[in-house]
Amino acid sequence: MTVHRSTGSARLGRRRRLALSYAGMSVLAVFFLFPLVFMVVSSLKPDAQILSDTDSLRAFLPVGDISLDNYGEVFERVPVAQFMTNSVLVTSAIVILGLFVNSLAGFALSRVRWAGRGVVLAVIIATLIVPFETIAVPMVYWVSKLPTLVLEGGLLKYDFGWLNTYQVQIIPFVANAFSIFLFRQYFSTIPASLDEAARIDGAGWFTIYRRIIVPLSGPAFATVAILTFLPAWNSYLWPLMVVQKEELRPVMVGMQYFFQLNTQWGEIMAYTSMITLPVLIVFLVFQRAFISSIAASGVKG
Amino acid sequence: MTTDLALTTTAWQRSGSGASRDGEAPRKGSTMKHRSLAAMVAATAAGALVLTGCGQAGQGSVNADGKTELTMWTHSAGNPGEIAVYDQIISDYNASQDDYVVVREDFPQESYNDSVVAAAASGDLPCLIDMDGPIMPNWAWSGYLQELKLPEKLTDSLLPTAVGTYQDKIYSAGYWDAALSIFARKSVLDANRIRIPSIEEPWTREEFDAALETLKAAGYDTPIDIGAEDQGEWWSYAYSPILQSFGGDQIDRDSYLTAEGALNGPEAVEAFTWFQELFTQGYAGNAGTIGNQEFVDDQVALSYTGVWNAQAALEEVGDDLLILPPPDFGHGPKIGGGSWQWGITADCVDAEGARDYLEFSFNDDYIAAFSDSQIVIPATAGAEGLSEHFGEGDDLHAFVELSQQFALARPATPAYPVISSTFEKAAKDIMNGADVQSTLDNAVKDIDQNIESNDGYGF
Repeated sequence: MTVHRSTGSARLGRRRRLALSYAGMSVLAVFFLFPLVFMVVSSLKPDAQILSDTDSLRAFLPVGDISLDNYGEVFERVPVAQFMTNSVLVTSAIVILGLFVNSLAGFALSRVRWAGRGVVLAVIIATLIVPFETIAVPMVYWVSKLPTLVLEGGLLKYDFGWLNTYQVQIIPFVANAFSIFLFRQYFSTIPASLDEAARIDGAGWFTIYRRIIVPLSGPAFATVAILTFLPAWNSYLWPLMVVQKEELRPVMVGMQYFFQLNTQWGEIMAYTSMITLPVLIVFLVFQRAFISSIAASGVKG
Repeated sequence: MTTDLALTTTAWQRSGSGASRDGEAPRKGSTMKHRSLAAMVAATAAGALVLTGCGQAGQGSVNADGKTELTMWTHSAGNPGEIAVYDQIISDYNASQDDYVVVREDFPQESYNDSVVAAAASGDLPCLIDMDGPIMPNWAWSGYLQELKLPEKLTDSLLPTAVGTYQDKIYSAGYWDAALSIFARKSVLDANRIRIPSIEEPWTREEFDAALETLKAAGYDTPIDIGAEDQGEWWSYAYSPILQSFGGDQIDRDSYLTAEGALNGPEAVEAFTWFQELFTQGYAGNAGTIGNQEFVDDQVALSYTGVWNAQAALEEVGDDLLILPPPDFGHGPKIGGGSWQWGITADCVDAEGARDYLEFSFNDDYIAAFSDSQIVIPATAGAEGLSEHFGEGDDLHAFVELSQQFALARPATPAYPVISSTFEKAAKDIMNGADVQSTLDNAVKDIDQNIESNDGYGF
């Protein structure tokens, strides 16, 4: 009987703790969801109602004059499809190339023993100290003088200047010190004996990277993918400086289209709802791996 | 270190002489490596041949039809009204002659200046750029602009504040100007027995203070919306005229070398003390929303706002709307002048074409179209007559008179961006309760230091 009672009370205690932790998590979830709910709900309301609803809970409820008008007006003001295409293209290229280049660099720094790798790692990490804004203008000057190939009258010719291109939005952001560091840290947790066994079987460095390290580093790749995706998707200052043609602009520059003399709040909310969607999808797809990588590498993003 | 080196050497020796990279057989691996090397050398050589053989792409700005391309940048992205007018002007101009073709690129206003400065740094500015009036002296001083050199007859026909002059030379000209005024409801002023001011007889400081007190007592939580929740250039544009009406200024306009006395003299202290009291006495707040919605909703009785909000206010308030001059704080009512204008960049190789286009565009029909599309004051008398709103007897004609009577351009100095941001910071500190005299003294120090470190900006 005593055993039964104690098992029953333990179960009750466990349930209580579970209920409490769920209640706590629900409060946190609601807290974090509020901005998103406000954004989506406001995107359905006219400007005057958004402003008048802000002093009550109505701000979070789809009540009043609800319509999709703001979405229609967004498409009239901003070439959304073009900006989305540009952002998807640029961001995908940065993420894919970044995963490859940075993981190889992390691999070289973590698994291959060579003279000076400690110094190289220190120099790479040191670059994190330099804020992008301080080097942005010299970089604009620099990329404006880089050689490139162009088609002119059906002939391939060379020219100078990367401004107004996709590559100027991609190449400078492929190599990333934080990603290299994160890969290096994660790869260091994989036992070296695996490499040695592979080498005995005749594997070269690239085979070890491709067949052993990459398959074992899913969470690190997912984390770097997310951490590369976010700033690439949110990129604003750089494209603003190096892209003057509207057809090459990414989504974030489009945000500024709504800040006229009178700010179009409803349209801003509709636009942000549209451009936040890909971010949410990427996070949801990678979130499990993201969390496990952060737990494994001890790195906080 | 020694161990590291030894290990490294061993590793590379293994991978080289072991000839078993990537799990391939020794001979095959070695052959693959040589093939890869050969392929790389061949690709590099081919690339070099292509580059040296094909020559550099054309450097001129002549398009396939043999017309010279003139690129112009606007701050109008996201503003379909303005873009529609530009489309009309450009298509008319391109069809009107065979020498030039104008190509437009639109930028969002909020980040337009950053784009121009970045392009200037890399030498990629187009021939024609538009710019906010007060930034023009800075860009002229920085060497971005050349003298406009439009016919005198044309520039003389424009509102004085629509022409950008720096060091006695004209660098920019615009199709329109904006003006601030005080919006009120006639019914509210009548009900509270407040005199309706006119251009000839604006409110005095005492009358204005009394009106605010009366309206507060009548139940308006904050009787006037002055837009203090806004930020950036608005602060200098909207509140420096108050300072000037008190007799102060942002800089000594005789020398343009110091703000001493102008921004921290007794008149300026009096102006900012009054400004601070607006908030401490609860006559104005800074927690509202940007725009004119509070006035439309009758949450405030008065709104210190611009011509661009007038049509929407008219639609909501109807005949009850009054467009009033700003108060006279001792030196006459003042309104900030100078808005977006056009200039030609210093490195434009086709400046004659750029001038030809600008001359074509300063046509009364286009100016009136801008004015009606954006609800701004047309820069010429001819366009006033063509406009739906600003001609004699039209619903917004009051703004033309306000602009003509009271507009004062912001200081035409390259130091203006610093003056503006320093002014904003000081005014916000004072709004939040900082000591007026010491805050203004510090602002003067910051402005003077900047001018000094730039060798007086050429003055």
